[in-house]
Amino acid sequence: MASQSNRKKESQRIGRVLLFLSGLPIFLTTTILVSLIIKANPLIERFTVKALITGVSWKPMQDLFGFLPFILGTIWVTVVGVCLSIPVSFFTTIYLTEYAPQAIRFAIRPLLDILAAIPSVVYGLWGVLSIVPWVEKSLAPFLSSHFGFLQIFSSENPTGFSIISGGIVIAVMITPFIIALSSEILTNIPKGLREASLSLGTTRWETIHLVLLPKVMPGLIAAIVLGASRAVGETMAVLMVIGNVPQIPKSIFDAAYTLPALIANNYGEMMSIPMYDSALMSAALILLVIILFFNIFSQLILRKFVNTKAILWHGNGIEDSSRN
Amino acid sequence: MIIKILMVGSFAIVFGSLSLIVWTVFSKGLPALSLDMITKIPEGGFYMGGEGGILNAILGSFLLAIGGTFLAILFSLPTALFLEVFSKSSAWCSYVRLSLDILWGIPSIVYGAFGFIIMLSVGLRASLLGGIITLALLEIPIMTRAMDEIIRQTPKNLTQAALALGVTKFELAYQIIIRQTFPALITAILLAFGRGIGDAASVLFTAGYTDRIPNSLFRPVASLPLAIFFQLSVPFPEVQQRAYASALILTIIVLLVSVVSRLVASRMNRFTIK
Repeated sequence: MASQSNRKKESQRIGRVLLFLSGLPIFLTTTILVSLIIKANPLIERFTVKALITGVSWKPMQDLFGFLPFILGTIWVTVVGVCLSIPVSFFTTIYLTEYAPQAIRFAIRPLLDILAAIPSVVYGLWGVLSIVPWVEKSLAPFLSSHFGFLQIFSSENPTGFSIISGGIVIAVMITPFIIALSSEILTNIPKGLREASLSLGTTRWETIHLVLLPKVMPGLIAAIVLGASRAVGETMAVLMVIGNVPQIPKSIFDAAYTLPALIANNYGEMMSIPMYDSALMSAALILLVIILFFNIFSQLILRKFVNTKAILWHGNGIEDSSRN
Repeated sequence: MIIKILMVGSFAIVFGSLSLIVWTVFSKGLPALSLDMITKIPEGGFYMGGEGGILNAILGSFLLAIGGTFLAILFSLPTALFLEVFSKSSAWCSYVRLSLDILWGIPSIVYGAFGFIIMLSVGLRASLLGGIITLALLEIPIMTRAMDEIIRQTPKNLTQAALALGVTKFELAYQIIIRQTFPALITAILLAFGRGIGDAASVLFTAGYTDRIPNSLFRPVASLPLAIFFQLSVPFPEVQQRAYASALILTIIVLLVSVVSRLVASRMNRFTIK
């Protein structure tokens, strides 16, 4: 019997060690936030948050640190990407969950897996090789000659490295993610709801947009917000196609600069210019705050709609065996 | 009817963009691929079109990703087991899970910047060790939450039967749950590995870049994503060709990891109790 109690004690001891270990994620989250704040603090104390966020000129050599061009660049790319992605992901999701034959439903999973597994730098390469020339030669001349009277379609940047190129690449990257998540939300709706509606004589489409969609709308919006937060933080793919010019964008064909691209492009000079390291860490802090806001909001809503594994799904065959 | 056209059209766009990406990578990469690319390190004038290959980046990526994944397993598996088996407080668990989900959403460039701050404060330069630690931080939330969900799917009657026989929680975790969920745990590990090997932004600050194969943990190391990025930004067409070939190599590695993890999941399932 002594060995029995020894085993119990051993197990309890291990449990205590593990309890300590499991605190690491909480510790890490706070450490990341705190260390970025500490590093950003010299710059913030000198210029105030408001001046930094609304400042339009970025000339570190002359001691001018305005983040507005980068913040607006990030917002533009994200908004364009998300707007392109929403209709495609919405209709694909409805098709996959409500209409598609079984064979397509089974085939789509590996397909989305592959899209999710491709590294962002490969997406960037694809953007440089296919999207940028297409924007330069076809899209920009066409839209600016036909719709050029609208400010956002006017084109003064002839190279194709532009917000729209970044937006298209972002859209291709986040669409599989949004589809995976919203399909999960739709398939989690109880079958009875669908059947009750259909038995009253509605068509399939009426069931979808009158019964199902109102029920899951907050979940779908949260899925899109989560996709947007991935877009905000995307570095390499955007950096490669957006042109990297710190200006206030006026049209989707203007070159722009995003916060992650700013950090990635300039870390090399970080130590050589005064306040520059603090400025780059401030950029990381702004990025982190935006993403934390998006993330916590959408994670809390999504918890009501899906098991969290759908959020984590994102690729590579962790099958949901509980449904089989 | 219009709806149906819209739906099939959207589906075609998703399918079409995937085919376009794969086609672009293969059609540009294959002609540029040669045996030298994968068996040699860069020689003099490589970035102006000279001889050599990207063995340094291929090996470097594997060193970084294997090291990072190994470190991440050391943390993730015990934590996932704790969340599902040991823990008595569900409030604590939900805090841990929420912070893992938050960490999961933090972009890799922020991990890179954070890793850089930490390395500065302990006096470590851009090195293999720095890259491995940063990648481990990036992989931990992915791996832990995946393992957490996997372990939750252990059949309830299996754990109850074991506990009824008088095993301790540690024995339950170590001898029963790990064995039962082993194939799925492997897929979780490969998932994190695939994410780690393709990530560029986090190793940019922390691992540096070099034309040599590192001989110690404190030397800088090259990686495939950065090789693609740097070669593409060189204005010589011969070097850009190599970026296409490097992208093809990276894509093949990532797709292989994805296929292997599916195979493992389906082949090894027969060793588990349903």
